[in-house]
Amino acid sequence: MLTHYGPQLVNLFAAVLLLLAFAMLSQRRMLSLINLFAAQGFVLFLTTSLVAALTGQHHLYWSALLTLALKVILLPWILHRLIRKLNIKWDVETLINIPTTMLVGIVLVVLAFNLALPISQLAGTVTRSTLGIALASVLLSFLMMITRSKAIPQVIGFLAMENGLFFAATGAVYGMPMVVELGVALDVLVGALILGIFIFQIRERFDSLDTRHLERLKEL
Amino acid sequence: MIDLAGVAAQFTELMLAILLAPLLTGWVNQCRAWLQNRSAPGLLQPYRTLNKLFQKEVVLAHGASPLFRIAPYLIFGSLALAAAIVPTLDIDLPLNAAADAIALVGLLALARLFVSLAGMDIGTAFGSLGARREMMVGFLAEPALLMVLFTASLISGSTSLSTIVHTLAHKEFVIYPSMAFAGVAFTMVSLAENARIPIDNPATHLELTMIHEAMVLEYSGRHLAMIEWAASLKLFVYSCMGLALFFPFGIAESGDWLGIVLALPALLLKLAVGGAALALIEMLSAKMRIFRAPEFLGSAFLFAVLAMLVHVLLES
Repeated sequence: MLTHYGPQLVNLFAAVLLLLAFAMLSQRRMLSLINLFAAQGFVLFLTTSLVAALTGQHHLYWSALLTLALKVILLPWILHRLIRKLNIKWDVETLINIPTTMLVGIVLVVLAFNLALPISQLAGTVTRSTLGIALASVLLSFLMMITRSKAIPQVIGFLAMENGLFFAATGAVYGMPMVVELGVALDVLVGALILGIFIFQIRERFDSLDTRHLERLKEL
Repeated sequence: MIDLAGVAAQFTELMLAILLAPLLTGWVNQCRAWLQNRSAPGLLQPYRTLNKLFQKEVVLAHGASPLFRIAPYLIFGSLALAAAIVPTLDIDLPLNAAADAIALVGLLALARLFVSLAGMDIGTAFGSLGARREMMVGFLAEPALLMVLFTASLISGSTSLSTIVHTLAHKEFVIYPSMAFAGVAFTMVSLAENARIPIDNPATHLELTMIHEAMVLEYSGRHLAMIEWAASLKLFVYSCMGLALFFPFGIAESGDWLGIVLALPALLLKLAVGGAALALIEMLSAKMRIFRAPEFLGSAFLFAVLAMLVHVLLES
């Protein structure tokens, strides 16, 4: 039963991951953006545990639990607290309008799928066809970082990119070694904390979270 | 040689769609009232409204052309035909040989065309305003709907809805990730097409934001009854299309009479759950500005395109 439907379920979860990446790209509200990020983390947790169950790789259970603790509970909590403190719940300003962003997103997906096809044929894992989707979600998160002008969506884009990378590692080679995974997880956590402090500093300095202010290096 | 069983099944299905459609509308209204903490109208309220309207006198505007009088029947007719194509109880439908999913989209477009023409016919400001908005929503929603249907066609290798349902329901059960994308796109399209909340509000009268109600403002009596019935029928067609594409389980194979008997309660259950879900979506979302509608439907189209891409990547 599991061996039959398992790979299909992994594919389904991969599709949902891509769907959530697109939803984040089209989202205008900060709160929904954070909730979508948490949902993406949860799907990632499900996928990783499923792959662990399918392949019997026990270290994947640990990384799934790590994902659950970090990306579903801790980081969204930090982000929620951050936007409550900064009192910004609504507006997400974009540099390009959202339909254009979505169109660029589609082009990126086509590109990623094309790139991943020859690579995934070399891989021998049951999850090899999801590599294209992982690559696509990395690129989409990248696009989100580029097209948003405020700091918090950029941070969320960065964290979502890590989700995509993690998924790529799981899909292509059944996850990275535990040491690397722990290192990356810790990096992301510390990164989010530092960026949180950084955001406060930007706001104190410029009275706004628009990162375009940072392009001007001279004092006014 | 006429396939009598097929004709009987086809006729049953058509009558079922026409008779059950107001019930579905009543159920959705009831769920919505409950969720809004209002006391709900009876489940049979749409039938009572139709009965009342059929007994009322028709008041025609000055300068109404014959088209204005014919349009309600044409709209009802094309939607009834659309309802006949969508498999609800079993897949053995003779009409399905003549009309596939693309023809279904065409029939829906025909109904929309006549609603809009009738809206413009009288020449009131509201009528033409509603008609233009309807056409805008329509031309954005139609390609997305076609893409959703094409994704299902790619999976089953045929554009006939019977074959699609047969592949999805009666062959070996396979999880299709592309259908997740198609499902999102289809939900967005059907919300827009049925004048539901993010795009239009079905409960509104005389608001500047209305679309569907603006076009049918001049209708009265039996004409209005036909239009209202057709609107319910449209909701029913879309619900059944969604069920046929995404939850086809329970629809009987051809010649399986026991299956047909069992398919009816399954259909009612699925419609009840779907109607409640629709009411919930309407409750949770706020109405968009009309200029956001292209963005909403553009996303639906992109999701449908993604569904095809995912199908190529993961399922081929």
